[in-house]
Amino acid sequence: MSSHPLRSAWLLGLALAACGGADRGPASSGHAPGAASHPAGVALTGAGATFPNPIYSKWFDAYARETGVRINYQSIGSGGGIRQFMEGTVDFGATDGPMTDQQVDAVQGEVLHVPTVLGAVVATYNLPALGRTPLRFDGLTLADIFLGRITRWDDPRILQLNPGVKLPAEDILVVHRSDGSGTTYVFTDYLSKVSPEWKRRVGHATSVEWPVGLGGKGNEGVTQQVKQSDGSIGYVEYVYARSNDLPAADIRNAAGAFIAPTLKAVRAAAEGGSFPPETDFRVSITNAAGAESYPIASFTWLLIHTGDRRTPKDETIRAFLAWMLEPGPQRMAADLHYGPLPVMLIELIRRRLGAS
Amino acid sequence: MTALTERDVAREAPAPDQPSLERSSYSDQVFKGLLTLAALVIPVLLSFLVFELWEGARLAIAKFGLDFVTTSVWDPVAEQFGAFPLIFGTLISSLIALVIAVPLSLGVAIYLTEFAPKVIRQPVAFLISLLAAIPSVVYGLWGIFVLIPILRKSVFPLLRDVFGFLPLFQGPIYGPSMLAAGIILAIMVMPFVMSVSREVLTAVPNTQREASLALGATRWEAVITTVVPYARSGIMGAVILGLGRALGETMAVTMLIGNRHEIAASLFAPGYTMAAAIANEFTEAVGDMHLSALAYVAFLLFVVTVLVNAGARLLIWRVARGSGVGSKAL
Repeated sequence: MSSHPLRSAWLLGLALAACGGADRGPASSGHAPGAASHPAGVALTGAGATFPNPIYSKWFDAYARETGVRINYQSIGSGGGIRQFMEGTVDFGATDGPMTDQQVDAVQGEVLHVPTVLGAVVATYNLPALGRTPLRFDGLTLADIFLGRITRWDDPRILQLNPGVKLPAEDILVVHRSDGSGTTYVFTDYLSKVSPEWKRRVGHATSVEWPVGLGGKGNEGVTQQVKQSDGSIGYVEYVYARSNDLPAADIRNAAGAFIAPTLKAVRAAAEGGSFPPETDFRVSITNAAGAESYPIASFTWLLIHTGDRRTPKDETIRAFLAWMLEPGPQRMAADLHYGPLPVMLIELIRRRLGAS
Repeated sequence: MTALTERDVAREAPAPDQPSLERSSYSDQVFKGLLTLAALVIPVLLSFLVFELWEGARLAIAKFGLDFVTTSVWDPVAEQFGAFPLIFGTLISSLIALVIAVPLSLGVAIYLTEFAPKVIRQPVAFLISLLAAIPSVVYGLWGIFVLIPILRKSVFPLLRDVFGFLPLFQGPIYGPSMLAAGIILAIMVMPFVMSVSREVLTAVPNTQREASLALGATRWEAVITTVVPYARSGIMGAVILGLGRALGETMAVTMLIGNRHEIAASLFAPGYTMAAAIANEFTEAVGDMHLSALAYVAFLLFVVTVLVNAGARLLIWRVARGSGVGSKAL
């Protein structure tokens, strides 16, 4: 922890306070350099999505070192984040799936969904015979596999998408998330867009009624199940797939090209999203336009209050958001395999934050 | 801070200028008050719990009523909920656990109290109690990485080959399944059943054994005809303790059961339990009805636990009328 001078100063202050009595409080952190622009000891509390927790922790830590503003984030899940934000028990919320109109209306004042990073969902599978050749799917085929309509790997529709690939004459075992998650939200959002039958029968949400398959708990649960069963297919978070080097299928995007999940393709998807000037950023970028867009991509958002209801804490979170949009913090995101926001979107967010 | 040792107390007690009787009656009052307060905390906490669950579940109770218990749809998108597969899964996985764990742990307990050489009694009992200290997520991970591969590659195919004529052992083998969850539960429940049964068996008076042996019984006959029947109510108490643990276990079960909201005849098929569903969906549940349905499930889990425990207790009373070790304690 020696690389965190401010935190050590603060801890030292605490230690001194503990030894020396009440005359020396934790306020001694205010002497740390760089804290001049903010009142010392300001602490914000936020809660929500687990998916961006690694990058948020990194950001909040770096931000505290630079400015002295401490932000305490509890990764309790998007649902809990939205609830606590609506109840006003936290200063900001965080979510992988946008709030519904009903929920937005229930909040006093206005709500802004601020995109922070991009995530993506990959289809991973276990077909040892394939080696490193990535499989190719289009949305409808993927939907039909998860609907249980395509049950064999040598189904003509899969063969047609993968000419020259030797697919085994095996049953497909579908693996999905059993716990409610933003990953499931994005994946089912995509399937709902490409398959009318999926939209009618299943729909999209953080947990849905799966027509077929086994449920694994968390990315790791799905991954283990897929790794252990030949002929299985599942979906996991892109960051998780990258850091564990899982096979990932190329997916055909709206423009008809097969796209591998990469940060570049995910960013292209964000650029392909349509943002009206007065947008509140509740925009789905699954199946986005653009020749290079990876189709199963999504934002993750911070929820903040705008409009009339503005407290000093709201100003502080705005200051953080402005900091987050700078190139340095966005690079940190890429280091952790999160998709950095495209430049045009950063400009748009800056404008919206300034205007509201 | 100076600790009062027993010797200090003994030295102080007979001091002539402090009438010890009066002082102790005052401290008795305080002590009694404190204990009463402590005892009251439990029922108060329990009623708060029931009240909160009922409050949380009201929306779902109003919409689904008792159909919730008998229907099988679980569709958060359409906000249609039914908990039958969850109740079924909870009861079946616990039943499997007991079927495996009870004979095993009873055997161990009998061996340790009646047959084992003195040197190994304590070490073995200690090792088994150690199983109880392992966190359930560790059981779950061990289940995923070690148990499931073994079950899928050797145990399940063997069961299917031998008992395949029963619907219980038919169908495709995925690994995560009702049976896998039951087996991990059995391992988790065993230390509880074992240690309590061992205590109970140890408490059987030696005169009982001696009388039986004097009448010409072998060691084996003495155990089966005298010791175990004498301790039966205590042993059943041990089983109930294990059952309670099995019904409520969450993490290890959800990692191994496959989490499929469905009822299947085969034990190889995935299932779901009430506790697992709550743990899985609560954090990300956004809709009010979804949350309420989960609270309803929690309420039902509470009801099921109370019913199962009450039923088992009733059984003990009927069995244990008369004498026996542990019948009074239960």
